[in-house]
Amino acid sequence: MISADISAILPEVVLVLYSMAALLGAVYTGKDELTGTLTWTTAAVFVAIALWIGISGGGETIAFSGGFIDDAFSRFAKVTVLLSAAAVLVMSQDYVERRGLGRFEFPLLLAFAVAGMMIMVSAGDLMSLYMGLELQSLSLYVVAALRRDSPKSTEAGLKYFVLGALSSGMLLYGASLTYGFTGTTLLPGILATIEGEQVSIGLLFGLVFLITGVAFKVSAVPFHMWTPDVYEGSPTPVTAFFATAPKVAAMAMFARLMMEGFGAAVADWSQVIALLAVLSMFLGAIAAIGQTNIKRLMAYSSIAHMGFALVGLAAGTQEGVEAMLIYMAVYVAMNVGTFAFILSMEKDGAPVTDIASLNLYSKKEPLKALAMLVLMFSLAGVPPMLGFFAKFGVLMAAVNAQMMLLALAGAVASVIGAFYYLRIVYYMYFGTETDALETRMVPAQWLLLMASAVMMVVGVVNLLGIEGAAAAAAEALVR
Amino acid sequence: MIGLTHYLGVAAALFVIGIFGIFLNRKNVIVILMSLELMLLAVNINFVAFSSYLQDLVGQIFTMFVLTVAAAEAAIGLAILVSFFRTRGSIAVEDANVMKG
Repeated sequence: MISADISAILPEVVLVLYSMAALLGAVYTGKDELTGTLTWTTAAVFVAIALWIGISGGGETIAFSGGFIDDAFSRFAKVTVLLSAAAVLVMSQDYVERRGLGRFEFPLLLAFAVAGMMIMVSAGDLMSLYMGLELQSLSLYVVAALRRDSPKSTEAGLKYFVLGALSSGMLLYGASLTYGFTGTTLLPGILATIEGEQVSIGLLFGLVFLITGVAFKVSAVPFHMWTPDVYEGSPTPVTAFFATAPKVAAMAMFARLMMEGFGAAVADWSQVIALLAVLSMFLGAIAAIGQTNIKRLMAYSSIAHMGFALVGLAAGTQEGVEAMLIYMAVYVAMNVGTFAFILSMEKDGAPVTDIASLNLYSKKEPLKALAMLVLMFSLAGVPPMLGFFAKFGVLMAAVNAQMMLLALAGAVASVIGAFYYLRIVYYMYFGTETDALETRMVPAQWLLLMASAVMMVVGVVNLLGIEGAAAAAAEALVR
Repeated sequence: MIGLTHYLGVAAALFVIGIFGIFLNRKNVIVILMSLELMLLAVNINFVAFSSYLQDLVGQIFTMFVLTVAAAEAAIGLAILVSFFRTRGSIAVEDANVMKG
């Protein structure tokens, strides 16, 4: 039995063993001189594991007496997480070297965080879910405070830690109530207990606490307070990471918890998630308008995007889960491109994050400006771009689940949200004359920016071919 | 006779005290760390009480995991706090205000 269990969790084991070996090796040999090498190796390991998981495919394996589930859903989420983490590592390598962030722990902490995410999305038990979540969170608290000599970065780390630990506490309290009122921590066991019965008031409390805990992690309003500060304060490569992989993992974990654990009580949680979704979409759209710092703006943008992804989950149907997965994959692709650009923004050799510095950028670098235009349009959800189809998918899922008002709110919020994305485009093309912004890009950043922009246009034809995988994933989750 | 509800009541009270300790505390980050610990311990009481009530060991195993993670969490929290103190020279909650939010 044990060998079957191990073979199901082998990708995670390999990743963790690699991280620990690399950590020890680096400590005993070159330390920070090895940062560059470790960054590339870690990215290569991520891509290799993503290929391995993507190709292996087929069927559903339940290991460790239900604690770990390897199915199409977890594989979809894992591949997205691994590829986006690899992209972030590759594009931030130059920034890390030049801005004195070259610590060998950085790529390895990200590797541990990714291992945690892989366990999160595969968790079939509240225990493994919690352990995966904590492995991810603990690594992320540290990388948020990576720039130890900067007041902003340490403050971001502290705020993230306090609110993250608070949310873990909420999630645990919910887990304890769920355990007490169902007698099991296995998600299928919880589902079996509530099947065909009225959900007891104690279990309802547990459910609400669980939702609160996870909502913190996906930064859904009203549990979003940490997001703008952490995004602004953390070093930009770390922000790029926060905006991509952890969001996918948390969203996938949310979906599995709700569908596989509480799938028989959709009516009880779908309204709560719908409320979170509406608040996130509107707050993300409105609060971003006044921002001048592009990292803070991307924080509000990610809050709004999480709102849209939650719309798909709130629908509580297979179509909704599928739309949510596609939305997350597209969101990650857009954010990788956008952050590749943000990482390269500098003036006189120092990084800048002010939006006004983009004034008339298109005169200087027409191609990069065009790529950013495509990405901004896609983030805003303007029709010919892929971002529109992703939004359309989740809103259609809400409509088909008889949630007209939710879909309507989403459409209105996306119109409001378009304003600040278009403002960036406006600055780049029609702004006033200011000191020119330099964007010195290494090939990796340039490639990722262009690839992401091209995907947003070409992807319209066949949704990048992920539709089939997403459908299989949703089917594995909702039975 | 002390039953399940008594334990749950104590745990709920401790949990709420922990949450209030985080939100109402305006003095010191150490107090926040203590409040976080209090929340996790309240959860542990819940788990052990349910485990004994249900005659099921899973709750106690979960408690072991929570205890270990809480220790790791405290270590990381204190480490971040030390680097915060080094850049700022203070650990007062009011001083964590470089970024508004």
